[in-house]
Amino acid sequence: MFKKKLFAKFLFVLFIFNSNLLAAEKELLHVDWSFKGFTGKFDRSSLQRGYQVYNEVCAGCHSMSLLSYRNLGEAGGPEFPLNEVKNIAASFEVTDGPDDQGEMFTRPGRPSDKFVSPYPNVKAAIAANGGAYPPDMSVLVKSRKGGADYIYSVLMGYEDPPANIKLDDGVYYNKYMDGNKIKMSKPLMDDIITYADGTKATEMQMAKDVTAFLTWAAEPHLEARHKMGIRVMIFLIILTVLVYLSMKKIWSRIDSEM
Amino acid sequence: MSEHTYVPESKFGKWFNDRLPLLTLSKHLQDYPTPKNLNYWWTFGGILTFCLVTQIITGLVLAMHYVAHADLAFDSIEHIMRDVNYGWLLRYIHANGASMFFLAVYIHIFRSLFYGSYKSPREIIWILGMLIYILMMATAFMGYVLPWGQMSFWGATVITNLFSAIPFVGESITTWLWGGYSVDNPTLTRFFSLHYLFPFIILGLVVLHIWALHVPGNNNPVGIDIKKPSKDTVPFHPYITIKDLFALLIFIIVFSAFVFFSPNTLGHPDNYIQANPLVTPKHIVPEWYLLPFYAILRSVPDKLGGVILLFASIFILLALPWLDKSKVRSAIFRPIYKQFFWILVIDVLVLGYMGAMPAEGLYLLIARIGTAYYFLHFLVILPVLSSYEKTEPLPASISEPVLKG
Repeated sequence: MFKKKLFAKFLFVLFIFNSNLLAAEKELLHVDWSFKGFTGKFDRSSLQRGYQVYNEVCAGCHSMSLLSYRNLGEAGGPEFPLNEVKNIAASFEVTDGPDDQGEMFTRPGRPSDKFVSPYPNVKAAIAANGGAYPPDMSVLVKSRKGGADYIYSVLMGYEDPPANIKLDDGVYYNKYMDGNKIKMSKPLMDDIITYADGTKATEMQMAKDVTAFLTWAAEPHLEARHKMGIRVMIFLIILTVLVYLSMKKIWSRIDSEM
Repeated sequence: MSEHTYVPESKFGKWFNDRLPLLTLSKHLQDYPTPKNLNYWWTFGGILTFCLVTQIITGLVLAMHYVAHADLAFDSIEHIMRDVNYGWLLRYIHANGASMFFLAVYIHIFRSLFYGSYKSPREIIWILGMLIYILMMATAFMGYVLPWGQMSFWGATVITNLFSAIPFVGESITTWLWGGYSVDNPTLTRFFSLHYLFPFIILGLVVLHIWALHVPGNNNPVGIDIKKPSKDTVPFHPYITIKDLFALLIFIIVFSAFVFFSPNTLGHPDNYIQANPLVTPKHIVPEWYLLPFYAILRSVPDKLGGVILLFASIFILLALPWLDKSKVRSAIFRPIYKQFFWILVIDVLVLGYMGAMPAEGLYLLIARIGTAYYFLHFLVILPVLSSYEKTEPLPASISEPVLKG
């Protein structure tokens, strides 16, 4: 009795604290992502469109240095066909070398190359973006509380600032950004790109596609993980039942004596 | 005990056993008389052994691919996650394994507190266990630094800075720990080296822990000694092995749920941002299993005071067998202690929660009350209870029903 009362009080206190916290933070936009849940998978065409958004909109400022072009063709990702992966890679100029004369040279990219970064280094990226570093997007989704929902919310969260807030040049108002101030101008507008597969490039469509793409980029083995997880769980549950029955059988020798 | 007279049946077995009595040991482990009334709270010893072995094996493979260098560590972890075959699986098992290890150790410790397993004649088992726990915390802390994310870096900075509170030599000690004037590459490489070493020290202590356990034998839920071995006990194998296996499988199901379906829930998102000495995260928090101690540390306005209280809160546990003098082990027969036990559980949970919150306002006040109560429990309540509490009558033996009335 005493125990239960104390626990109830404890839970109540926790609840009060949590609700206070939630009130302080803005509720994120929630999307019913295809990759959520036990059997969640990526939507291939969405990932392919997402790559297009990244390439044509984000990649101007944001690097993605942990990914290689070959990843775009690997199972569980956008799964571009091999020749397309080669074409994508070849559309980038990669600095290689030194050659036999000791000179650096440029050549078309190969699938094994890492994504080419828009700036030679972090300092150059900061200098070109008004003092704010456009974060590398390789693990961006995992490095933000709220994950995919957060990224999507920020993309969709641009608004005119309330009358009482004054913004400096190069600073924009965003409902979901910490402190509501962001140094990136609104990146997505309807029809800013033309999708290769003919899908209508609305702001919401692009935000969803690029967020899905970034989620895959941060967790490229998500599908393999879910698939193995289901198998492991089924195996464990069957084994547990068998072991339970064996245990009952073995202990029945003792229990009957007691 | 009977195993001393054990003679292997085969000729070779006898020859070998006379020179190295491994078969005698194996026979002892099989026959080891175990109280037959052990409940599922007693299965966590086996579960913890599983956790340690899992951490060592996954860690061994991770170390083959990890690069301990401030500029390369973060990317090498991502290399493991992306390009190493099943690297994501190994790393998620290892990272979540640390949390599962602590979950199990906390249950194991609180089981000991509830059933008085730390009391005579098991003080040495308890002290060895506490040493294992302290080493576990050190190992986990250093392991968390290795990915060289933001929380790694700033967590390392906060914790190593604690030593600077020591009067006179504090600054020098901190510099010595860092291998420089801030947390940097030398800090990372030594943490990696020690993170590799400590689990094997833990393994050694675990062997001693089990050895010390096998001298008096297990405590049990009613907390009384074995009266008639033939009636009160069962051989360890197959009775306890099968029960431990069943509990372990349930544990692995929970473990797998985290690894496969929610692998980053127990971590902090900031640790997916590479360490940057120029940017301090808004709230620096340790992993969940260290939060109660973090709350105690921050509840004192003075740095040195906080550090002293932090260490006191851990080392006070070593003295527990002498703080609680009650002859009755199990809380089942200690009506008042039983209530204080649950208050302590809640106190530690509340402290953990406060450790995750910013140290200000109401949070800080509750953390202070929680800290004060923690010490009150061990230093005042337990000693006083041992002389004033009226305990309930103990059963005559494990196999006989509890006397009514």
